[in-house]
Amino acid sequence: MRLTEAQQKILDGGEGEVMAKVMKTLVRYGEIFGAEEMVPVTGKHNHLVTSFGLKALGPVYALMDQLIEAGAVSKQTFSADPRPLDKNVPSNFLQNFIFNHFMYSKQDFYEGQLKKLGLMDEDAFSCTCYMEEMDNRPQKGEILSWAESSAVVYANSVLGARCNRNSGIIDLMGSIVGYVPKFGFLTDEGRKADWIVEIKTTKKPEAQLLGSAIGMKVLEEVPYIKGLDQWLGNELDDAACTFLKDMGAATASNGAVGLYHVAGLTPEAVELGESLIKEDAKVYVIDDAELQRVYDSYPVIWKDKNAAPKLCFMGCPHMSLEQLKDWTDKVEAGLKAAGNAKVQIPTVFTAAPAVLNEFEKTPYAARLKATGVITSYICPLMYMNNPLAGKMPVITSSNKLRTYTTARYYTDDEILVQITKGGK
Amino acid sequence: MKTFKGRVITAGTVKAEALVSHGGLNTLASFQKALQFGDKKVTCGDQNNPDLYGKQMLDKALCLPQTIGSTTGGLVLYCACSMGRKPACMLFSQPIDSLAAAGAVLADVWLDDVNMPVVDSLGEEFLAYVKDGMTITVGEDGEVTVE
Repeated sequence: MRLTEAQQKILDGGEGEVMAKVMKTLVRYGEIFGAEEMVPVTGKHNHLVTSFGLKALGPVYALMDQLIEAGAVSKQTFSADPRPLDKNVPSNFLQNFIFNHFMYSKQDFYEGQLKKLGLMDEDAFSCTCYMEEMDNRPQKGEILSWAESSAVVYANSVLGARCNRNSGIIDLMGSIVGYVPKFGFLTDEGRKADWIVEIKTTKKPEAQLLGSAIGMKVLEEVPYIKGLDQWLGNELDDAACTFLKDMGAATASNGAVGLYHVAGLTPEAVELGESLIKEDAKVYVIDDAELQRVYDSYPVIWKDKNAAPKLCFMGCPHMSLEQLKDWTDKVEAGLKAAGNAKVQIPTVFTAAPAVLNEFEKTPYAARLKATGVITSYICPLMYMNNPLAGKMPVITSSNKLRTYTTARYYTDDEILVQITKGGK
Repeated sequence: MKTFKGRVITAGTVKAEALVSHGGLNTLASFQKALQFGDKKVTCGDQNNPDLYGKQMLDKALCLPQTIGSTTGGLVLYCACSMGRKPACMLFSQPIDSLAAAGAVLADVWLDDVNMPVVDSLGEEFLAYVKDGMTITVGEDGEVTVE
């Protein structure tokens, strides 16, 4: 790799031994993927995937201490993924004991480290840091050093920023030295599509199901999606962005997609059209039958497959403000139709702290509360990531949560019936 | 016996028993239980991976296409190496993914005395040929012998 004089100086120890190791890590990481140079990080803020003080990650905290002691802190401030704990979310005595004494006993300590390293503020915890309310929304063409698969795929695809699918720690190191290796999604060639995905459904597809189908088919490659604009329109409005947020998270977790293009909608597809498609691109046609096939393929890994759901999580990734308002209307209407006053299954809607603050300012907040739905900033995945979760029948419309935990997937319409009618 | 040649990601030599995942290895789901609850044999906790679920990964030659899942993958692998709860080596049939690459490089640069050779691009034939329990020998130059 060709390094500039300033970069070489860091690698040679000119800014200390720890900074040299940080640079060495990034150079080695880049060389594996053929990077020939390091380029400056130009985004205003970073985003880290590690927000949780998981006791098991002791070696990470030791490494963070090395960085802090050497003064090797982030040149940018950063947001991080959602917190793993929130007392508003229902949990029993045993769960609380395991969460606080075994799993996340390092939470306060780790948040202290994050503050020293460059955390934006005390509420900068969400997987949807790119929401306008969160103040970490990169511009088109900016170079990022982010991790968190759902945020990376959104930043690349919907915002047109440039970021690789980085791992935790690598994300932080990029903003410590201020450079990242140039490869993959940072290059024009790396942003070209390997797949044409043709949407031929008879109705608007479920975002999380469509993303799952695409992710499982294309894995880490780039899809160019045709026919979706007929359902989403040609403007990146709140509804389209919310759809793409949920679809993208499913492509990234059910596969490993870091960038997709939607014809007539996402910025590079609008600007460059089909010139983004590689000559030898493969074709994947998605119709109603294909979506049904994908839905039917999901295993149910509850111990008792017929158990009554004990909890419902919505918001993985975190919900948008419009989504919270829309679901308030839906839940109210569903309860009214069912003749119920409150949701029949304990239900948690999760969103970024700043989004929840905005939601609280609207009349919708009191209406949602009256239905019994709980709002929280928690990470549902971190809540579910414990040995007791396997015995707990949790339902969700998140394909990411389904993939990483024992939660059972239902479509939005099915979830609405479950929580308002209780499966009657 | 067959020999395959791949690209060296982190160099080293080792002889170990093969453990094969034909699907992508979800690093967080596979290792978390072992790191969290002191399972020194590193039993795979990923219920979505029928090849590995419930099998011991400690000191095995882990043969896989790529890793998948959460972008915590690299730091989880780093922790597994630091805590001595790692496979003997990781052998990828495909080019390594960015998360596994991060874990391998972090362990190599930041930890002392960790020997976990990582070789990628061994080809589809490698993953089709190797079976659980076979003996794997990894050479310094990325040569992998399966017998």
